[in-house]
Amino acid sequence: MYLVIIIKVALKSLYANKLRSFLAVLGVIIGVGAVIAMLSIGAGARQDVVGRLQSLGTDLLMIRPGQRGFGGVMTGTHQNLKKEDAEAILKDVPNVLAVSPVVQNKAQVKYYERNSAVTVLGAAGTYFSARNFEIERGRGFTDGEVEGMARVAVIGPTTCENLMGQDDPVNAVIKVKGINFKVIGVTKSKGDQGWFNPDDQVIVPYTTAMRQLFGMDRLSEIDVQGRPGADLTAIQDDITSLLRQRHRLQEDTDNDFNIGNQAEILATLSSVTRALTILLGSIGSISLIVGGIGIMNIMLVTVTERTREIGVRKAIGAKDRDILRQFLFEAIFMSCLGGLIGVGMGISVAKLIGAATQFTTSIQPQSVLMAMSFAAAVGIFFGYYPARRAARLNPIDALRYE
Amino acid sequence: MIIDAQTLVKTYELGGSTVRALDGISFQIDAGEMVAITGPSGSGKSTLMHILGCLDQPDSGAYFLAGENVAGLSRDRLAETRNRRIGFVFQTFNLLPRMSALENVELPLLYAGNHNATEPAIEALRTVGLEERMRHEPNQLSGGQRQRVAVARAIVTDPAIILADEPTGNLDSKTGEEIMALFFSLNAQGRTIILVTHELSIAKRCPRRIHLYDGRIVEN
Ligand SMILES: Nc1ncnc2c1ncn2[C@@H]1O[C@H](COP(=O)(O)OP(=O)(O)O)[C@@H](O)[C@H]1O
Ligand SMILES: [Mg+2]
Repeated sequence: MYLVIIIKVALKSLYANKLRSFLAVLGVIIGVGAVIAMLSIGAGARQDVVGRLQSLGTDLLMIRPGQRGFGGVMTGTHQNLKKEDAEAILKDVPNVLAVSPVVQNKAQVKYYERNSAVTVLGAAGTYFSARNFEIERGRGFTDGEVEGMARVAVIGPTTCENLMGQDDPVNAVIKVKGINFKVIGVTKSKGDQGWFNPDDQVIVPYTTAMRQLFGMDRLSEIDVQGRPGADLTAIQDDITSLLRQRHRLQEDTDNDFNIGNQAEILATLSSVTRALTILLGSIGSISLIVGGIGIMNIMLVTVTERTREIGVRKAIGAKDRDILRQFLFEAIFMSCLGGLIGVGMGISVAKLIGAATQFTTSIQPQSVLMAMSFAAAVGIFFGYYPARRAARLNPIDALRYE
Repeated sequence: MIIDAQTLVKTYELGGSTVRALDGISFQIDAGEMVAITGPSGSGKSTLMHILGCLDQPDSGAYFLAGENVAGLSRDRLAETRNRRIGFVFQTFNLLPRMSALENVELPLLYAGNHNATEPAIEALRTVGLEERMRHEPNQLSGGQRQRVAVARAIVTDPAIILADEPTGNLDSKTGEEIMALFFSLNAQGRTIILVTHELSIAKRCPRRIHLYDGRIVEN
């Protein structure tokens, strides 16, 4: 009953000053909306980055030849990664699950009259699972095919579409640099990654690629997959010392290879996107605080305007806390109302940004909850001072106020 | 004895000069009395009523309400005292806007923590003869009706004392008479009533009169 009266009085007095109440609430609406929209952009960016990296494989170390050069001038790439390096890593480094030597080149690929210049990748059978490739149709290659330099190929879905259209790719024969290869599988689409397109390539056994296609005896890359749960950094250190030893590098010379650690890149990027999220969230929070100041301002005006009413209430027996509750409730009500509208606005803005720009947005339930409770907290914080001022008025001073 | 005022003094500083609104006032009032306080404008009547109603405190002197020294009470206890022991009727009605007559009358009970406020509030409105207007808001009521609502609000907590500061001052003489009749009947039911008036005709009908002049009692 008491609460009903408080709510009634609050609603009526807010309604009696519609425009003013709305303007006071507007700040909170914008603040909450901004927090939600900003956080959804941050979370979207994070999911985007993490998702892309995960599709490349996260328990992966990629060893590439180092840059040749002197004093910062790059003059080319060392050609120093050998098949034997890869075999040594698998044999001598603990916690290594699989090693795939990789060679890579551009080549002309032909299917009947259709031509396409695509990336031809030589790899081992373990390459697919290490790089999180799924085989959509057919199969990957076996160890026997790799050892026996079989002329088999797994192709990306884009390549498949470009070359074969509607034809069944499995067991079809394509020509790579004029040599016949049997297509044994098609990978599942991963989407264009920007810097390369994993859907548009032809993957063949690295042995075949080195000897029969490109006549190379050096590798473009060695992919090393750690055992589940193994410490990739420790493996990285072991590989570094092994390769330095094999390449006979002196103590004071730099590595002639680079090791890319996907887990490390992932950690760095996700901490960057987390910082971005915090930054965006703080910008939103500042507007929410500005909204709170707007509410405080209006509440101070309201208290002054209703001084006589406060006096009357005290004359008939209202205690300080009764008055405090009344005005605090009005402030919290305004900020929560603003919060609710702001949630709606924030979600719509986030969806709009996601649809109309290249930003990915992801609305986080916990950020909605956080923004809502922050709005309520703003109401309490900025409503408390005006409400206390009202509560502490002397009854007679309030009654005589003109 | 329900009211015991001992040498009450209240002064106001106004632009360097000091106004002695109450200049050492002492009197006693017994339960069930009906007292008129009279005196020219500025003689300190309202100041005295505010102190008796626990809305204000004297600078010096002591005020005992039902045997209790009001000076020692906390803000909360003063609010409780105003709520339970005193019903105040103002010259300007002082009803809360945007609230119905019924809600206005319920309010003192709600502040007293009484959750079944509606029944007693309707009963109080019936006493002042206004129960069929209880859904109306103050701006839909005439002056006399508003003052009736104010009286209902003053009696709803069943206080021992009703204080009325010029309750008929803003009313025409006919509605003023009706309000006075209400006070007389409340007094007949045993309530202590203290009312300020400058109308001699009204004061003459009260059994006891206290006349103020420049903050002093000149006739009791
Ligand atoms: N809040 C105040 N500040 C300054 N002077 C006041 C205040 N209240 C009352 N007074 C002065 O005290 C005197 C008594 O006032 P009041 O009690 O209202 O008289 P009455 O009700 O008999 O007309 C007057 O001179 C008035 O000007
Ligand atoms: Mg007066």
